Amino acid sequence: MGKKILLANDHIEGIRFLDTYRKHGGYASLEKALKSMTPEQIVEEVKTSGLRGRGGAGFPTGMKWSFLAKPEGVPRYVVCNADESEPGTFKDRYLMERIPHLLIEGMILSSYALGAKTSYIYIRGEYFYVARILEQAIDEAYAAGLLGKNILNSGFDLDLHVQIGAGAYICGEETALLESLEGKRGNPRIKPPFPAIAGLYGCPTVVNNVETIAAVVPIVNEGGAAYAAIGVGNSKGTKLISASGHINKPGVYEIELGVPVEEFIYSDEYCGGIRNGKKLKAVVAGGSSVPILPTELILNTAAGEPRLMSYESLGDGGFATGTMLGSGGFIVMDEDTSIVKNLYTFARFYHHESCGQCSPCREGTGWMEKILHKILHGHGTLADVDLLWDIQSKIEGKTICPLGEAAAWPVAAAIRHFRKEFEDFIRNGEHVNDVKHYYRLNNLTAPIN
Amino acid sequence: MAKVTIDGIEIEVPDGTTILQAARMIGGDIVPPAMCYYSKLKTSGGYCRTCLVKVSKGSEKDPRPMPKPVASCRTTVMDGMEVLNITSPEVLEARAGVVEMLLLNHPLDCPVCDQAGECHLQDLAYEHGKAETRYEFPRREFEKIDIGDKVQLHMTRCIMCFRCVKVADQITDGRVHGVINRGDAAEISTYIEKAIDNDFSGNVIDVCPVGALTDKTFRFKSRVWYTKPVDAHRDCPTCSGKVRLWYKGEDVARVTARKDTYGEAEEWICNSCRFEHKKTSDWVIEGPTKVDRHSVISANHYENLRLLKASIDRQRASLPHGDKVDLGTGALNPNNEEK
Repeated sequence: MGKKILLANDHIEGIRFLDTYRKHGGYASLEKALKSMTPEQIVEEVKTSGLRGRGGAGFPTGMKWSFLAKPEGVPRYVVCNADESEPGTFKDRYLMERIPHLLIEGMILSSYALGAKTSYIYIRGEYFYVARILEQAIDEAYAAGLLGKNILNSGFDLDLHVQIGAGAYICGEETALLESLEGKRGNPRIKPPFPAIAGLYGCPTVVNNVETIAAVVPIVNEGGAAYAAIGVGNSKGTKLISASGHINKPGVYEIELGVPVEEFIYSDEYCGGIRNGKKLKAVVAGGSSVPILPTELILNTAAGEPRLMSYESLGDGGFATGTMLGSGGFIVMDEDTSIVKNLYTFARFYHHESCGQCSPCREGTGWMEKILHKILHGHGTLADVDLLWDIQSKIEGKTICPLGEAAAWPVAAAIRHFRKEFEDFIRNGEHVNDVKHYYRLNNLTAPIN
Repeated sequence: MAKVTIDGIEIEVPDGTTILQAARMIGGDIVPPAMCYYSKLKTSGGYCRTCLVKVSKGSEKDPRPMPKPVASCRTTVMDGMEVLNITSPEVLEARAGVVEMLLLNHPLDCPVCDQAGECHLQDLAYEHGKAETRYEFPRREFEKIDIGDKVQLHMTRCIMCFRCVKVADQITDGRVHGVINRGDAAEISTYIEKAIDNDFSGNVIDVCPVGALTDKTFRFKSRVWYTKPVDAHRDCPTCSGKVRLWYKGEDVARVTARKDTYGEAEEWICNSCRFEHKKTSDWVIEGPTKVDRHSVISANHYENLRLLKASIDRQRASLPHGDKVDLGTGALNPNNEEK
């Protein structure tokens, strides 16, 4: 059984409420920090812990915090990015639903460490009921003197607000989130300046994922070194994985970074194997935007070593043979899955969510969707596969924000690893394994091309 | 001051200058094209991605190259920076890709478009685009909208450069002009099709790089290449009064702001000058306009086509040379200097 840190108490009934949460050790780290630690010490602990951003990019949190500009007389903000919109990712929702006080405690600690007097939780519009839960928890915290003026008699003041988005994937991008939070249209800003210099209302701002901020609580409680002892290589601590797809036990799992992928998929502790005894075909390891990998590459690296659930191991081999841990949206596909259909779904999503600011993404995402739609409806040609490849290369790296890459990578990876399936689909129609129920088109008619 | 090298040409520029501005200081063919950047509008640029360049050396302090191509209009130079524009095949490839994307949903209705002949997208497509499109789906279409009685918005042609939004934000008062919807359904709009009603609203026509915002008093009156540009001024209580008149025969077909080499208005003009003073007697004529690079057609582009093509090919093949092809204009030279 792997060590659980964030979700250690999630099975306890009533952990959502302050009384129960405190009974099980809640807000102990806050008391410890406010009474015996300086803000700098907390930042040091986070640096020592090796915690990396859990939202997807995996940037070291301690380093991000130390970049925060600290000009005199200018307020600083801590913003929690709870706009969890990546298809296949639902870990933050689980965390906020079950243990909202963990996030609030993390927010108070982070704000204390970074010197923020006002902090925000920006939550996606579809999570309105989660926002209610958070607001309820915040009210409890205010009533208990854990928020507001002079928290626990330490002289530290903090106001915490929950802001609900209007339902846009792009608002999960940190600068678009800040624009949205300011009440503007949620378009990503052009960087530099980075939010650490000029973020919310032009003031220095740190934007962190829900899970990252929650992880500050155990780091302060048990020390950065204890947190760093968990995990493998530069992937420290635990990570919440949202497992979905054709597995026996979909759900949110807290893993120690470094668990072998094979164990994660097949062991009863985690996913419990592929549903209906089917074979594994492919895995999208970190939310829809990371490259898809076929069975042989997800279980083992190109060098033949077993692949682990960690930033480095999943990234081994670059995008040619590797992928990314991303936000931990682990989507498993069995042998009956059509990669073409799956890719169309992803492409449609990115087309729908493109903000329309810069041209390659605005026009290119729609173009890719249309081509995939055409292939899916049997009108594709082999040249379309090459065209898709070319379009994605024209989008990747040419846009303001990472949405361009997020739209391009799945297309690139699907064609890189499953080109034959695309060609089969175009020549013969949908490929279906279960021949008892379906005939492949080429059994009946000559190939179209 | 910072020293920056663009395509092998070194120039010293003040700190805070963007790569694009530095390239414009050098001039010539190494200047990246810009469809959305407008030096007179704050926070403009960064959207169209046509000005992407490759930074092969970040700075003297940190010589690492930048991993991705950057928008030269929004990236400030660092001391010792080395930038590749037309000497990098990667940049030209990326730019061709962007041009293709910009043209993807553009109706290509140039034969009936008032902007044809002075359209930046035409120039851009001519220089960097491909001869045919690979897009085979229906293009997006919008209804034409009148914003005010003098300006028409034809979103179908829009390339979402956001310049008019910045004009409405920064030059005119009252923010009623913006973007609605998102992705490729995004459109420029005014608040419930409200007219933009103020003295400087006509400037959105001048900043529009394509034919999305057109002057209704000039619609379908003439092709721009049949009109002759003349610089003129008048005493205007609202604006500087420095304008460009476009003559068709003896008549002033339209009035616009004076534009520089890069198609940017030198000074904003008011609606009264633009729409209501269309008689020669309203103006003091200064003389014919020297048209430089502004339009492929007004600069006799097609006559000098082979020359320019050879010049571009030469530049792409080797280091850029400083020669600028001087393209004369056939502008009108009116004798009545004072009237």
